[in-house]
Amino acid sequence: MAKIIVVTSGKGGVGKTTTSAAIATGLALRGQKTVVIDFDVGLRNIDLIMGCERRVVFDFINVINGDAKLHQALIKDKRVENLFVLPTSQTRDKDALSQDGVERVLGELSQDFDYIVCDSPAGIERGAFLAMYFADAAVVVSNPEVSSVRDADRMIGLMASKSRKAEQGASIEMHLLLTRYDPERVEKGEMLRVEDVQEILALPLLGIVPECPSVLQASNVGMPVVLDDKSLAGKAYAGTVARLMGEDVEVVVPRLGKRGLLDRLLRRSA
Amino acid sequence: MSLFGFFGRPQRKTAEAARERLQILLAHERAGAANADFLPRLQRDLIEVVRRYVDVDDGQVQVKIDREQNLSVLEVNIELPSGTKASGG
Repeated sequence: MAKIIVVTSGKGGVGKTTTSAAIATGLALRGQKTVVIDFDVGLRNIDLIMGCERRVVFDFINVINGDAKLHQALIKDKRVENLFVLPTSQTRDKDALSQDGVERVLGELSQDFDYIVCDSPAGIERGAFLAMYFADAAVVVSNPEVSSVRDADRMIGLMASKSRKAEQGASIEMHLLLTRYDPERVEKGEMLRVEDVQEILALPLLGIVPECPSVLQASNVGMPVVLDDKSLAGKAYAGTVARLMGEDVEVVVPRLGKRGLLDRLLRRSA
Repeated sequence: MSLFGFFGRPQRKTAEAARERLQILLAHERAGAANADFLPRLQRDLIEVVRRYVDVDDGQVQVKIDREQNLSVLEVNIELPSGTKASGG
Protein backbone atom coordinates (compact mmCIF):
# COMPACT_ATOMS: atom_id res chain seq x y z
CA MET A 1 0.00 0.00 0.00
CA ALA A 2 1.30 3.41 -0.95
CA LYS A 3 1.48 6.32 1.44
CA ILE A 4 -0.51 9.23 0.04
CA ILE A 5 1.01 12.66 0.71
CA VAL A 6 -0.75 15.90 -0.22
CA VAL A 7 1.25 19.08 -0.76
CA THR A 8 -1.13 21.91 0.02
CA SER A 9 -1.25 25.54 1.19
CA GLY A 10 -4.52 27.31 0.50
CA LYS A 11 -2.72 30.31 -0.97
CA GLY A 12 -1.23 30.25 -4.45
CA GLY A 13 2.37 30.94 -5.38
CA VAL A 14 3.95 29.74 -2.15
CA GLY A 15 5.80 26.81 -3.74
CA LYS A 16 3.44 23.82 -3.81
CA THR A 17 4.45 22.56 -7.25
CA THR A 18 8.17 23.18 -6.63
CA THR A 19 7.78 21.27 -3.37
CA SER A 20 5.76 18.40 -4.90
CA ALA A 21 8.37 17.93 -7.62
CA ALA A 22 11.25 18.12 -5.14
CA ILE A 23 9.70 15.75 -2.61
CA ALA A 24 8.63 13.18 -5.22
CA THR A 25 12.08 13.24 -6.79
CA GLY A 26 13.78 13.07 -3.38
CA LEU A 27 11.71 10.02 -2.40
CA ALA A 28 12.57 8.28 -5.67
CA LEU A 29 16.27 9.08 -5.18
CA ARG A 30 15.98 7.15 -1.92
CA GLY A 31 14.70 4.12 -3.76
CA GLN A 32 10.99 4.65 -3.14
CA LYS A 33 8.75 4.05 -6.13
CA THR A 34 6.96 7.39 -6.35
CA VAL A 35 4.34 9.08 -8.52
CA VAL A 36 3.46 12.77 -8.41
CA ILE A 37 -0.09 13.68 -9.49
CA ASP A 38 -1.20 17.13 -10.64
CA PHE A 39 -4.63 18.01 -9.17
CA ASP A 40 -4.73 21.50 -10.68
CA VAL A 41 -7.17 20.71 -13.48
CA GLY A 42 -7.09 23.39 -16.15
CA LEU A 43 -3.76 24.82 -15.01
CA ARG A 44 -1.36 21.95 -15.58
CA ASN A 45 2.16 22.68 -14.33
CA ILE A 46 3.89 19.76 -12.68
CA ASP A 47 4.87 18.48 -16.15
CA LEU A 48 6.76 21.72 -16.79
CA ILE A 49 8.54 21.73 -13.42
CA MET A 50 9.47 18.06 -13.88
CA GLY A 51 10.64 18.74 -17.44
CA CYS A 52 8.34 16.25 -19.17
CA GLU A 53 5.89 18.69 -20.77
CA ARG A 54 6.60 17.45 -24.27
CA ARG A 55 5.85 13.84 -23.38
CA VAL A 56 2.26 14.31 -22.18
CA VAL A 57 -0.17 12.23 -24.24
CA PHE A 58 -2.89 11.11 -21.83
CA ASP A 59 -3.68 12.59 -18.44
CA PHE A 60 -5.32 12.01 -15.05
CA ILE A 61 -8.77 13.02 -16.37
CA ASN A 62 -8.47 10.61 -19.35
CA VAL A 63 -7.78 7.81 -16.87
CA ILE A 64 -10.68 8.82 -14.63
CA ASN A 65 -13.01 8.85 -17.64
CA GLY A 66 -11.73 5.51 -18.88
CA ASP A 67 -10.32 7.02 -22.08
CA ALA A 68 -6.84 5.77 -21.27
CA LYS A 69 -5.20 3.14 -19.10
CA LEU A 70 -3.13 4.28 -16.14
CA HIS A 71 0.12 2.95 -17.64
CA GLN A 72 -0.54 5.00 -20.79
CA ALA A 73 -0.82 8.24 -18.83
CA LEU A 74 2.09 7.72 -16.43
CA ILE A 75 5.29 9.42 -17.61
CA LYS A 76 8.51 7.80 -16.45
CA ASP A 77 11.23 10.25 -15.43
CA LYS A 78 14.39 10.01 -17.54
CA ARG A 79 16.81 11.04 -14.80
CA VAL A 80 15.65 9.20 -11.70
CA GLU A 81 14.70 5.55 -11.39
CA ASN A 82 11.31 4.81 -9.77
CA LEU A 83 9.88 8.27 -10.50
CA PHE A 84 6.65 8.85 -12.43
CA VAL A 85 4.47 11.85 -13.27
CA LEU A 86 0.71 11.80 -13.76
CA PRO A 87 -0.14 15.11 -15.43
CA THR A 88 -3.57 16.67 -15.36
CA SER A 89 -5.81 17.92 -18.12
CA GLN A 90 -6.05 21.44 -19.50
CA THR A 91 -9.84 21.16 -19.65
CA ARG A 92 -11.94 24.00 -18.30
CA ASP A 93 -14.58 21.59 -17.09
CA LYS A 94 -14.63 22.06 -13.34
CA ASP A 95 -16.40 18.76 -12.71
CA ALA A 96 -13.79 16.71 -14.54
CA LEU A 97 -12.45 15.43 -11.21
CA SER A 98 -14.89 13.10 -9.50
CA GLN A 99 -14.42 11.73 -6.03
CA ASP A 100 -15.08 8.16 -7.19
CA GLY A 101 -12.66 8.57 -10.08
CA VAL A 102 -9.89 9.94 -7.87
CA GLU A 103 -10.42 7.14 -5.35
CA ARG A 104 -10.25 4.51 -8.10
CA VAL A 105 -7.02 5.88 -9.60
CA LEU A 106 -5.37 6.29 -6.18
CA GLY A 107 -6.42 2.74 -5.32
CA GLU A 108 -4.86 1.38 -8.50
CA LEU A 109 -1.63 3.37 -7.98
CA SER A 110 -1.46 2.18 -4.36
CA GLN A 111 -0.94 -1.41 -5.53
CA ASP A 112 2.23 -0.52 -7.34
CA PHE A 113 3.84 2.49 -5.64
CA ASP A 114 5.43 3.28 -2.28
CA TYR A 115 4.49 6.97 -2.32
CA ILE A 116 1.81 9.01 -4.09
CA VAL A 117 2.45 12.78 -3.95
CA CYS A 118 -0.65 14.88 -4.67
CA ASP A 119 0.14 18.40 -5.88
CA SER A 120 -2.86 20.47 -4.76
CA PRO A 121 -4.15 23.54 -6.57
CA ALA A 122 -4.51 26.79 -4.62
CA GLY A 123 -7.85 27.62 -3.03
CA ILE A 124 -10.32 25.37 -1.24
CA GLU A 125 -12.39 24.26 -4.24
CA ARG A 126 -12.91 20.76 -5.63
CA GLY A 127 -9.33 20.12 -6.83
CA ALA A 128 -7.81 21.19 -3.51
CA PHE A 129 -10.45 19.23 -1.61
CA LEU A 130 -9.90 16.00 -3.55
CA ALA A 131 -6.11 16.37 -3.40
CA MET A 132 -6.25 16.24 0.42
CA TYR A 133 -9.34 14.05 0.96
CA PHE A 134 -7.64 10.64 0.64
CA ALA A 135 -4.27 11.69 2.09
CA ASP A 136 -2.41 9.87 4.86
CA ALA A 137 0.00 12.76 5.36
CA ALA A 138 0.12 16.44 4.42
CA VAL A 139 2.92 18.86 3.73
CA VAL A 140 1.49 22.30 4.47
CA VAL A 141 3.56 24.85 2.56
CA SER A 142 3.64 28.41 3.87
CA ASN A 143 5.73 31.52 3.35
CA PRO A 144 6.58 33.65 6.40
CA GLU A 145 3.90 36.12 5.37
CA VAL A 146 0.50 36.89 6.92
CA SER A 147 -1.91 35.91 4.12
CA SER A 148 -0.05 32.68 3.45
CA VAL A 149 -0.12 31.70 7.14
CA ARG A 150 -3.81 32.52 7.43
CA ASP A 151 -4.71 30.41 4.37
CA ALA A 152 -2.53 27.55 5.62
CA ASP A 153 -4.46 27.65 8.89
CA ARG A 154 -7.72 27.41 6.98
CA MET A 155 -6.45 24.42 5.02
CA ILE A 156 -5.26 22.72 8.24
CA GLY A 157 -8.77 23.20 9.65
CA LEU A 158 -10.34 21.65 6.55
CA MET A 159 -8.03 18.64 6.66
CA ALA A 160 -8.77 18.17 10.35
CA SER A 161 -12.53 18.12 9.76
CA LYS A 162 -13.37 17.17 6.18
CA SER A 163 -10.83 14.54 5.10
CA ARG A 164 -11.56 10.84 4.88
CA LYS A 165 -9.25 10.26 7.83
CA ALA A 166 -11.27 12.77 9.85
CA GLU A 167 -14.50 11.03 8.87
CA GLN A 168 -13.02 7.75 10.10
CA GLY A 169 -12.14 9.36 13.43
CA ALA A 170 -8.44 9.41 12.62
CA SER A 171 -6.27 12.29 11.47
CA ILE A 172 -3.96 13.21 8.61
CA GLU A 173 -0.35 13.44 9.76
CA MET A 174 0.41 17.11 9.05
CA HIS A 175 3.80 18.80 8.63
CA LEU A 176 4.81 22.40 8.13
CA LEU A 177 7.22 23.38 5.38
CA LEU A 178 8.31 27.00 5.46
CA THR A 179 9.45 28.27 2.07
CA ARG A 180 11.03 31.48 0.76
CA TYR A 181 12.58 32.12 4.15
CA ASP A 182 14.99 35.05 4.09
CA PRO A 183 17.33 35.07 7.14
CA GLU A 184 18.47 38.62 6.45
CA ARG A 185 14.94 39.99 6.59
CA VAL A 186 14.17 37.89 9.66
CA GLU A 187 17.27 39.34 11.34
CA LYS A 188 16.03 42.84 10.57
CA GLY A 189 12.62 42.09 12.03
CA GLU A 190 10.94 42.41 8.65
CA MET A 191 9.86 38.80 8.33
CA LEU A 192 8.09 36.34 10.63
CA ARG A 193 10.50 33.98 12.36
CA VAL A 194 10.28 30.20 12.05
CA GLU A 195 9.19 29.97 15.69
CA ASP A 196 6.40 32.49 15.07
CA VAL A 197 4.86 30.57 12.18
CA GLN A 198 5.30 27.26 13.93
CA GLU A 199 3.69 28.54 17.10
CA ILE A 200 0.76 30.04 15.21
CA LEU A 201 0.05 26.99 13.04
CA ALA A 202 1.00 24.47 15.75
CA LEU A 203 2.40 21.85 13.35
CA PRO A 204 5.69 19.96 13.56
CA LEU A 205 8.32 21.55 11.35
CA LEU A 206 9.32 19.41 8.38
CA GLY A 207 11.80 21.86 6.89
CA ILE A 208 12.78 25.39 5.97
CA VAL A 209 13.55 26.24 2.36
CA PRO A 210 15.45 29.52 2.13
CA GLU A 211 14.82 32.07 -0.60
CA CYS A 212 17.25 30.79 -3.22
CA PRO A 213 18.04 31.64 -6.86
CA SER A 214 18.36 27.94 -7.66
CA VAL A 215 14.56 27.45 -7.45
CA LEU A 216 13.87 29.68 -10.46
CA GLN A 217 16.88 28.34 -12.33
CA ALA A 218 15.75 24.76 -11.81
CA SER A 219 12.21 25.53 -12.97
CA ASN A 220 13.61 27.34 -16.02
CA VAL A 221 15.12 24.08 -17.23
CA GLY A 222 12.50 21.65 -15.90
CA MET A 223 14.64 20.08 -13.23
CA PRO A 224 13.32 19.39 -9.71
CA VAL A 225 15.47 21.61 -7.48
CA VAL A 226 16.38 18.73 -5.17
CA LEU A 227 18.63 17.47 -7.99
CA ASP A 228 20.72 20.64 -7.58
CA ASP A 229 22.42 19.22 -4.52
CA LYS A 230 24.87 22.12 -4.21
CA SER A 231 22.13 24.71 -3.78
CA LEU A 232 20.67 25.75 -0.43
CA ALA A 233 17.13 24.92 -1.58
CA GLY A 234 18.24 21.53 -2.93
CA LYS A 235 19.87 20.67 0.40
CA ALA A 236 16.82 21.89 2.32
CA TYR A 237 14.54 19.63 0.27
CA ALA A 238 16.88 16.64 0.70
CA GLY A 239 16.61 17.07 4.48
CA THR A 240 12.85 17.53 4.18
CA VAL A 241 12.51 14.21 2.35
CA ALA A 242 14.67 12.41 4.92
CA ARG A 243 12.45 13.67 7.75
CA LEU A 244 9.31 12.82 5.79
CA MET A 245 10.59 9.23 5.64
CA GLY A 246 10.96 9.29 9.39
CA GLU A 247 14.71 9.82 9.63
CA ASP A 248 15.99 11.74 12.61
CA VAL A 249 17.69 14.62 10.79
CA GLU A 250 17.76 18.03 12.42
CA VAL A 251 16.08 20.96 10.64
CA VAL A 252 18.66 23.55 9.56
CA VAL A 253 17.51 27.10 10.27
CA PRO A 254 19.09 29.25 7.55
CA ARG A 255 21.32 31.88 9.16
CA LEU A 256 23.25 34.78 7.78
CA GLY A 257 26.61 33.62 6.52
CA LYS A 258 29.85 35.56 7.03
CA ARG A 259 29.37 37.28 3.73
CA GLY A 260 25.88 38.32 4.71
CA LEU A 261 27.16 39.83 7.90
CA LEU A 262 29.96 41.71 6.16
CA ASP A 263 27.52 42.84 3.56
CA ARG A 264 25.27 44.23 6.24
CA LEU A 265 28.11 46.06 7.99
CA LEU A 266 29.22 47.60 4.75
CA ARG A 267 25.71 48.65 3.92
CA ARG A 268 25.20 50.12 7.36
CA SER A 269 28.33 52.24 7.16
CA ALA A 270 27.62 53.30 3.59
CA MET B 1 16.83 54.81 5.26
CA SER B 2 13.80 55.84 7.27
CA LEU B 3 13.94 58.52 9.93
CA PHE B 4 13.27 55.88 12.53
CA GLY B 5 16.24 53.90 11.36
CA PHE B 6 18.44 56.95 11.35
CA PHE B 7 17.62 58.35 14.76
CA GLY B 8 17.32 55.11 16.63
CA ARG B 9 15.68 51.75 16.66
CA PRO B 10 12.23 51.61 15.17
CA GLN B 11 9.60 51.39 17.88
CA ARG B 12 8.14 48.17 16.59
CA LYS B 13 9.37 45.66 14.07
CA THR B 14 6.84 44.81 11.37
CA ALA B 15 7.35 41.06 11.87
CA GLU B 16 6.14 41.50 15.44
CA ALA B 17 3.02 43.24 14.19
CA ALA B 18 2.45 40.39 11.73
CA ARG B 19 2.67 37.80 14.51
CA GLU B 20 0.26 39.64 16.78
CA ARG B 21 -2.27 40.28 14.02
CA LEU B 22 -2.22 36.63 13.00
CA GLN B 23 -2.60 35.38 16.55
CA ILE B 24 -5.68 37.53 17.11
CA LEU B 25 -7.25 36.81 13.73
CA LEU B 26 -6.75 33.06 13.80
CA ALA B 27 -8.00 32.74 17.36
CA HIS B 28 -11.30 34.19 16.14
CA GLU B 29 -11.41 32.31 12.85
CA ARG B 30 -10.81 28.99 14.56
CA ALA B 31 -13.49 29.74 17.14
CA GLY B 32 -15.99 29.34 14.35
CA ALA B 33 -16.07 30.75 10.89
CA ALA B 34 -19.87 30.36 10.91
CA ASN B 35 -20.28 32.83 13.77
CA ALA B 36 -18.58 35.57 11.82
CA ASP B 37 -21.50 35.79 9.43
CA PHE B 38 -24.13 36.86 11.92
CA LEU B 39 -23.46 40.62 11.73
CA PRO B 40 -25.64 41.35 8.68
CA ARG B 41 -28.51 39.39 10.24
CA LEU B 42 -28.04 41.17 13.57
CA GLN B 43 -28.12 44.51 11.79
CA ARG B 44 -31.33 43.58 9.97
CA ASP B 45 -33.01 42.40 13.17
CA LEU B 46 -31.94 45.53 15.05
CA ILE B 47 -33.40 47.77 12.36
CA GLU B 48 -36.64 45.83 12.56
CA VAL B 49 -36.88 46.26 16.34
CA VAL B 50 -35.89 49.93 16.32
CA ARG B 51 -38.47 50.65 13.62
CA ARG B 52 -41.25 49.53 15.91
CA TYR B 53 -40.51 52.63 17.93
CA VAL B 54 -38.67 55.09 15.74
CA ASP B 55 -38.69 55.69 12.00
CA VAL B 56 -35.09 55.05 10.94
CA ASP B 57 -33.48 54.31 7.56
CA ASP B 58 -31.31 51.26 6.91
CA GLY B 59 -28.26 53.50 6.77
CA GLN B 60 -28.87 54.89 10.24
CA VAL B 61 -28.13 51.67 12.05
CA GLN B 62 -24.52 50.56 12.06
CA VAL B 63 -23.04 47.46 13.59
CA LYS B 64 -19.29 47.15 14.00
CA ILE B 65 -17.08 44.56 15.61
CA ASP B 66 -13.55 45.07 16.88
CA ARG B 67 -11.68 41.92 17.75
CA GLU B 68 -8.83 42.00 20.19
CA GLN B 69 -6.75 39.36 21.91
CA ASN B 70 -9.06 38.55 24.80
CA LEU B 71 -12.30 40.30 23.99
CA SER B 72 -14.44 41.47 21.13
CA VAL B 73 -16.30 44.76 21.21
CA LEU B 74 -19.63 44.94 19.43
CA GLU B 75 -20.55 48.53 18.69
CA VAL B 76 -24.11 49.39 17.66
CA ASN B 77 -24.76 52.90 16.45
CA ILE B 78 -28.31 54.09 15.87
CA GLU B 79 -28.76 57.56 14.54
CA LEU B 80 -32.17 58.95 15.48
CA PRO B 81 -33.73 61.48 13.15
CA SER B 82 -34.01 64.98 14.71
CA GLY B 83 -37.30 65.72 16.45
CA THR B 84 -37.96 62.07 17.03
CA LYS B 85 -40.68 61.31 19.46
CA ALA B 86 -41.38 57.92 20.76
CA SER B 87 -44.34 56.66 18.83
CA GLY B 88 -45.29 54.18 21.49
CA GLY B 89 -45.61 50.51 20.78
